[in-house]
Amino acid sequence: MAVFNPSRKNVVLLVFISLFILIVFQLANIQLFSSKYRLAADDQGIFKKVIYPDRGIVYDRNRKVLLQNSTIYDLMVTPGKLKGTDTFALCSILGIDTAEFKKRVLAAIIKNKSYRASVFEALLSNEKMAMLNESMYKFEPGFYLQQRSVRDYPFDAGGNVLGYLSEVDSNTLKNPKYVGYNMGDYIGKVGLEKTYEKVLMGQRGIEFWKKDNKNRLTDKWEAGKYDTMPIAGQNMHTSLDIELQELGEKLMENKLGSIVAVDPKTGGILCMVSAPSFKPKLLTGAERRKHINELLTNPALPLLNRSVSATYSPGSTFKTLQALVGMHEGVINTQTAVSCGGAFYGCGSGKPMRCLDYGTYNLRSAVTFSDNTYFATVMQRVINNPKYPTIDSSLTAWNNYMYAFGLGKRLGVDVPSEKKGFIPDPTFFNKTYGNGKWNYCTFRSVSIGQGEVTATPIQVANEMAYIANKGWYKIPHLVDSIEGGDKYEMLSTFKQKHNAIDIADSIYEAVHDGMQGVVERGTGTNAKVKGITICGKTGTVENYFRGVKQPNHAFFCGFAPRDNPKIAIMCVVENSGRFGGTYAAPIVGLMIEKYLNDSITDKGRLAKIESLSKLNLMPKRIYAEIRRQDSARHAGDSAYLIAKGFIRIIKDTLELDEDDEVDALDKLKKDKETVKNDIPAKDSNNTKPNNKPAAILPDEKKKNSVIDSLKG
Amino acid sequence: MYQQNPKIVKGVDWLTIWLYAALVFIGLLCIFSVEYNSNDNVLQTFLGFKKEYSKQFYFFCASIVLGIFILLTDSKLFTATANLAYLFGILLILATFVVGKEVGGSKSWIPLGFMNVQPVEVCKIFTSLALAKYLSLPETNFKTTKAQLIAVAIAFSPAILSVLQSEPGAAIVYFSFALAFYREGLPTLYLLIIFSLGILIIASILINPNTLFIIFTIIAAVLIYLNRRKIKRDKGLLIMIAGIWLLCVGVQKVGVPVLFNNILKPHQIVRILSTFGKDDYKFKSEERTVEINKEFAKLGTTKKKPGEKIESYNVKQSKIAIGSGGFWGKGFLQGTQTRGDFVPAQNTDFIFSSVGENFGFFGCIVLLLLYFGLMFRLIFLAERQRSVFSRVYMYCVVGILFFHVALNICMTLGLAPSPGITLPLISYGGSSLITFTALLFIAIKLDSDRQMVLR
Repeated sequence: MAVFNPSRKNVVLLVFISLFILIVFQLANIQLFSSKYRLAADDQGIFKKVIYPDRGIVYDRNRKVLLQNSTIYDLMVTPGKLKGTDTFALCSILGIDTAEFKKRVLAAIIKNKSYRASVFEALLSNEKMAMLNESMYKFEPGFYLQQRSVRDYPFDAGGNVLGYLSEVDSNTLKNPKYVGYNMGDYIGKVGLEKTYEKVLMGQRGIEFWKKDNKNRLTDKWEAGKYDTMPIAGQNMHTSLDIELQELGEKLMENKLGSIVAVDPKTGGILCMVSAPSFKPKLLTGAERRKHINELLTNPALPLLNRSVSATYSPGSTFKTLQALVGMHEGVINTQTAVSCGGAFYGCGSGKPMRCLDYGTYNLRSAVTFSDNTYFATVMQRVINNPKYPTIDSSLTAWNNYMYAFGLGKRLGVDVPSEKKGFIPDPTFFNKTYGNGKWNYCTFRSVSIGQGEVTATPIQVANEMAYIANKGWYKIPHLVDSIEGGDKYEMLSTFKQKHNAIDIADSIYEAVHDGMQGVVERGTGTNAKVKGITICGKTGTVENYFRGVKQPNHAFFCGFAPRDNPKIAIMCVVENSGRFGGTYAAPIVGLMIEKYLNDSITDKGRLAKIESLSKLNLMPKRIYAEIRRQDSARHAGDSAYLIAKGFIRIIKDTLELDEDDEVDALDKLKKDKETVKNDIPAKDSNNTKPNNKPAAILPDEKKKNSVIDSLKG
Repeated sequence: MYQQNPKIVKGVDWLTIWLYAALVFIGLLCIFSVEYNSNDNVLQTFLGFKKEYSKQFYFFCASIVLGIFILLTDSKLFTATANLAYLFGILLILATFVVGKEVGGSKSWIPLGFMNVQPVEVCKIFTSLALAKYLSLPETNFKTTKAQLIAVAIAFSPAILSVLQSEPGAAIVYFSFALAFYREGLPTLYLLIIFSLGILIIASILINPNTLFIIFTIIAAVLIYLNRRKIKRDKGLLIMIAGIWLLCVGVQKVGVPVLFNNILKPHQIVRILSTFGKDDYKFKSEERTVEINKEFAKLGTTKKKPGEKIESYNVKQSKIAIGSGGFWGKGFLQGTQTRGDFVPAQNTDFIFSSVGENFGFFGCIVLLLLYFGLMFRLIFLAERQRSVFSRVYMYCVVGILFFHVALNICMTLGLAPSPGITLPLISYGGSSLITFTALLFIAIKLDSDRQMVLR
């Protein structure tokens, strides 16, 4: 018989109680005193789903829609549910073979496992979508269509101005300015889409979903209590006239260059054509993949917005400003006469500056006939004005005029990657030639807009607005108003008048007279439009490419009508040859006619549009470049092309300037060094970027950044 | 009702039955919360016998029938058939070697069509009865070594067979009979020795073998030095100290390495090691090391930083689920971890994690109180029995319950290795539920007949 031993019961109870306490302690430890597990659970059990709002719509000045949203579909596959799918039918619709089908399914399994959906074919084209929609029942449940919103351009024009969307790159993600963007999000890349990203994007919403151990979303967490709704992007009204833009693009077909037109009263940009351009539809949805590489490697740089990002010597269009400066400084008056005895010999020996017509000119006729000698003399008088003690101070005074006209600095246009242009100042000459080792003759060609001075097309157009307004401008801009208010204060700078220098109206009248003469009887008669008084100025810009003289750039700028100006416009046709009056003037004439008369009905004028549009002024070297690329068999490989310098070749002619002066000075230093390094570097024929001539390094850097910004 | 069925309800301990019912009900809720899908028609699936909660519900119905059947029988039946039943149980286990079905790597299940039965599980009842029978025999004197050895043999025979079937998890439960032995007068020293052996094995795993060897030697030397006078008088003491030292060193230098290198399966080793957070145990052969590392990888054990403790995926997920419950829990069916299937085997071994997540600290304490209440109630019942048979049997039941609850909950909290032991009455599983129902209802029946002296 076993021993009866009740005291052992208590020992057993004690053991039980101590274990109970141990468990309670551990429970308290992980449930009450540690947030680690709660965080881990939220981390793996809750998914934050971002809900993208519709982007804002962009309208033109006549309330026509330029940019809106449309729906596109992705075909999604869940490999685990593929059983019984009519793969043959699907393959024939998508135009793939079964091997490719298997490959894609396998890729989907590798990427997302077989129980989760992955993209089988992204961004279906309309035809495929139509065919798929009919027979989708055959492919379910292994396949389904997923909606996605893409940008749509009803007019398919103004690609560079409106911009496009692309996935954010890793650099942007690192930028604290863009905090909140995730890998795979879309962001405005160029044009208005970029500048007004904040406005157009709206506010993203967040939904909290429960997810399971295989990362599938099951249902809403806490029944959506903490979800936030997305807020749609704001609509924007621009000053753009889309019909004018379309006409401009048509006229600039087969040419390199730019047309910019501004409403001088408001600063609103009426059109901003950069040629060659691209059809913005080529970069939306399914089309993007097909076209982006071609656009990136095209040596004519269609993705470059020349209107703001290319700088040219302004040529004779610059003379109008010199006339203003000369008269305001009092070194000339409207009656001052200068004789052109064949050339300007103000610097003794050295290359003289020729005049266009022999004879004696006063201000009006000098503008009308674009006399070089006259304006060289005017600037000589300004620079050598005894009013200023040194050449430094007189040049600085001249600089201040130029800055007041909006040159040599960024205007602050609401289109990204605007360049500054360049106005040479004493610091620049001191660095280049050494203190005191330069005088007026060193830069006399600046007086006629050649040499060191450069400006962007938008600056030239703005300069015309300044003259048209007789002494003030508003910063050129595209967006006039934002629906729902300008929350980010992006438009306030466009309302201010800029009039740094007070020049008498009579001075402007004289210049206007001269400019009217240009169109009526001078160098720009091709711009003439019946019934409209146009003031204009031609420019014929000599330019060099790697030391080799290239065909002239044709410039024409102006405003109309003379009384109560409604449009200030400039046009540049690169390397067209001949004179500014030959090609640029008729384009400007047609543009002004279109804008002021609303339409062009005259048959002769319509024929003129067609003939100008067909006129091929594309420089020969572009074609040579395209042939070279094709033969290089690396046409799609932009990295290779950059490394080889194929893309740079075109860029050099545009003289993209540096972002700030420090860089410009650096470049100068390197220029000097290159003289020494150039020959051995070329001989070695080494393509490694390190061994490249130092002179192109800054350019190279820029190119990469430009290409990057284009690529997105 | 009491009047209508006086025979069944006479003397029945209703508190135990209510505790039982409450636990099974909580179990059904938990299984439901793990499997529930918002698209399901609840009533339909509940009766459909497809989902596990539905099956568990039917198992519960079967259990009630079984319980009523047990209450209707005569208590004498149990004493009379105890040995026969034990024999039947052993035969069942042996039968698995022939007709066994492989579930989860061990061939210890007998398929019955609608459910699989695990004989080792069921055999707990028979072993308890057999032990009670043996210890209550008038000729048994539990103070004699012979009786003790026979009792241990009865208790461990099924366990040894189970180990042979590579189901050591179920076998380990048979240690719980030690509770009954202790209550019946097994010297405390024995238990202390077993306890020390456990500590020794754990120390051998955790501490570097050579360091441990030196520690043992130093302790032995100090003991000899302190007792040098006694030793002079009595050489036996020296031999005893030397013997213990030799035993310790033997276990540490030979026993544990053999256990780890040759006997235990890689997945078992990994479970043990990950409980102690050790992943640099030195195995003798390179192959073994590779095998173990593979197993570590399979279990999803993660070690992010050098100093961090390794933790098996299952245990980590279980702790996350429980820990995220907070004080009040996320609410029934609201647990993100439970609903997202993050915890593996959450219907069976890790069911406690769904309690922890859905009902929080509060729910866990309530559940623990129910369990310990049930155990204390059974001890109270056991102590009021007049017959030794009933008392021993009830202590066996308490032991089994305690062992299951303690080990299972400690496992889900990361305090013990996971040997694959279910949470009684709550975990999904017909075998388990029916076994515990039978265990409890036999105890209730015996208690209701406590006026009788059973042999």
